[in-house]
Amino acid sequence: MEQGPAGGPAAAAAAATTSTTATAGTGGLLLPLSESEQQRYSELFSRCCPPPEVAAGGSSVGELFRASQLPPDTLHQITELCGAKRVGYFGPAQFYIALKLIAAAQSGFPVRIESIKNELPLPRFMALKNDSEARYGTPAELHGVKFQVPHAALEKNCYKRTDEGDKQEPRSPPVSPICSPPASPSTYQRIPLSYGYGKSRSGLEQQHGVPYEVRHSTHQQDGPSSGNYGAKPSLTCSTPNRSLSAEREQQDSNTHYSDDPWRITEEQRDYYINQFRSLQPDLSSFVSGSVAKNFFTKSKLPIPELSHIWELSDVDCDGALTLPEFCAAFHLVVARKNGYQLPETLPETLLPEYLQAASLKPMHDCALFDSYSEPLPGSQQTRDFSRSEKTSAEEVPDNSALLQDGKKDDEALKVNTALKTIPKEFQHLTVKTATQESNALKARPRSRSYSSTSIEDAMKKGEEPPTPPPRPQKSHSRASSLDLNKIFQQNTQAVRSGWLPPPPPALPPRPSVSQTEPPSEVELHPQMNRPPVQAEENSSTKKEVVLAQPPSKPTRRKLRAEAQGLETPELSPTINVTSSMPAVKPHLPVQKQSSKQKRAIQTAIRKNKEANAVLARLNSELQQQLKEVHKERIALETQLEQLRPVTVL
Amino acid sequence: LLLSVVCFAPQNYPLYIRSVPTENELKFHYTVHTSLDVVDEKISAMGKALVDQRELYLGLLYPTEDYKVYGYVTNSRVKFVMVVDSSNTALRDNEIRSMFRKLHNSYTDIMCNPFYNPGDRIHSRAFDSMVNSMMMQVC
Repeated sequence: MEQGPAGGPAAAAAAATTSTTATAGTGGLLLPLSESEQQRYSELFSRCCPPPEVAAGGSSVGELFRASQLPPDTLHQITELCGAKRVGYFGPAQFYIALKLIAAAQSGFPVRIESIKNELPLPRFMALKNDSEARYGTPAELHGVKFQVPHAALEKNCYKRTDEGDKQEPRSPPVSPICSPPASPSTYQRIPLSYGYGKSRSGLEQQHGVPYEVRHSTHQQDGPSSGNYGAKPSLTCSTPNRSLSAEREQQDSNTHYSDDPWRITEEQRDYYINQFRSLQPDLSSFVSGSVAKNFFTKSKLPIPELSHIWELSDVDCDGALTLPEFCAAFHLVVARKNGYQLPETLPETLLPEYLQAASLKPMHDCALFDSYSEPLPGSQQTRDFSRSEKTSAEEVPDNSALLQDGKKDDEALKVNTALKTIPKEFQHLTVKTATQESNALKARPRSRSYSSTSIEDAMKKGEEPPTPPPRPQKSHSRASSLDLNKIFQQNTQAVRSGWLPPPPPALPPRPSVSQTEPPSEVELHPQMNRPPVQAEENSSTKKEVVLAQPPSKPTRRKLRAEAQGLETPELSPTINVTSSMPAVKPHLPVQKQSSKQKRAIQTAIRKNKEANAVLARLNSELQQQLKEVHKERIALETQLEQLRPVTVL
Repeated sequence: LLLSVVCFAPQNYPLYIRSVPTENELKFHYTVHTSLDVVDEKISAMGKALVDQRELYLGLLYPTEDYKVYGYVTNSRVKFVMVVDSSNTALRDNEIRSMFRKLHNSYTDIMCNPFYNPGDRIHSRAFDSMVNSMMMQVC
């Protein structure tokens, strides 16, 4: 792209002519124009430049020049020579000079200012589409304007640019030709694009092709193009051609990506999938409505539009988004943020079935992505999300850095910040620091557990309360393994021996105690762990207390404890207190054990009180859980109520 | 000929009104509003014990010389009222029922949208298109 140097001498040479011709309108050119030339040129000029405008549209001029079938270099030279580059637009003077130069070139003269002073035939333009030229003079111009808008690497800003481009349309005449002179070959290349899209363009809704082209270009050109863009818009405009073809080759087998902004590219899909993963780690499950609402609200789109996007994307109308639905919704949000109007119905390429079919390929890309994220440092489980989010955040900051290189408009900034904040908060989510979106963050991890259907959630909650009851059995079994067997053996022995305690005189109360004690014994063992059983244990201990006459009991208990080699200190005192009772050690001497008895009773009382407290605490906790489950149930019932007609009718 | 469709919130304010564009649309609004009384009367006549068993379709609320008014109440007290031209004798009861069913289904779809706050005016394009299709079809 020669700009300055080559244009210098030509500009100087042309200055003499253009300075005087610039003021002149269609007449009064310094250049001698014959009658026919005058007519022809004015006709061509009016064709390229519809009356209300001052200067000819760069693209239409380019098309015209291309139709002259001169080599692009020549045309480029001509453009420079005629001074359009210098003044920045194709005014009538420049246009006429250019036509003259074309004629000169076609006649074989060298392209010089001097050539046009000669008598020349009219320039010949092949395959001039008169009607279409006039028609797409405007849309092509618009596209020229579009390419004007500085872009950044991220596709979103690409979309935004089309919006800006439309807004700049009224100002187009002086602006658009800037595009053409610096790089007329690229202009000519651009023309077929704009031509094709000009035809299809009928409104804002159908901006697909061009922005899509440019989007592809942004994918391809990261740093260099955005850096140069301000100076050489056409360069990047031309590269869409090359980049588009390249990208098409890189893309999947589906190659009819040409005009479809509603088609999700691989990169977009990966990004969406990562976002989904951050909301809901299970890719085959749903993102619930509230979670998705919080997420999409961050995009700062107005609520009615978000509502419409939801309507479009939630195809099965279940209030939750599956992965393809989520991708479609995200894509619509992206499109809307970049200025596209939302369609009335979901485009075919965003249908969940379509996306799911298409997702088979990108899934392995995601797998690659995962494997890429695997080697990243930080193997903690909590860092899983941060890894995937950070890699995606790395992508985004790359693009956002490029954003900063290019010129920005406000909304691009907003999108950028929105993008940044989204990955940022996901990082924060894992790092668990407060951000400005901490509320949403806090809501999300909590609601993430609800991301499965609420029924499952209720089931999960429902599982918690029941867990305490099974435990007594465990300890039961443990107790049985430890003590119970021995106890039973002893019991059987005792039964055989009539539970005769060592002190024969205390026989009478003993048998009744013995009958109650084995079952209480069984419960007494788990008493340490299972407070619910405490109640019975309490009653049994009371009985024990009442019936704990036999003086040898404490001793027996102690001995029994020792004999059993009880492990837990908890166990031992209570075992001392209670479990030893049925343990019959007839050979233990009967001594005065009333004091020991009292001590034993006191320890028993203390233990019972502690057990009581534990039980009470557990009770309150269970009550709370019960209330929560109740609430869940009520919520579910109201939901069911609303859904009922669907099942009834 | 379906003249008007209105959806009322449980608090008896309209969430959605759509009428065939004619002159004097206010007449429909008035009719529909007064028909709310009839709806309430029918609901309350059931008694509290029968709330679950109450049928959702209320049937013909009252006929006038020009048109008939049909009502439908959901379990959450959202009411749908439909005004049909009297001259149209082809519309049978089950057709009206099916139309109410469609309305109700569309309404539940709207409720599924997390961006919709219950009690807001209904601006959903899907709902609009459904009502439009119903009006077209009947006409």
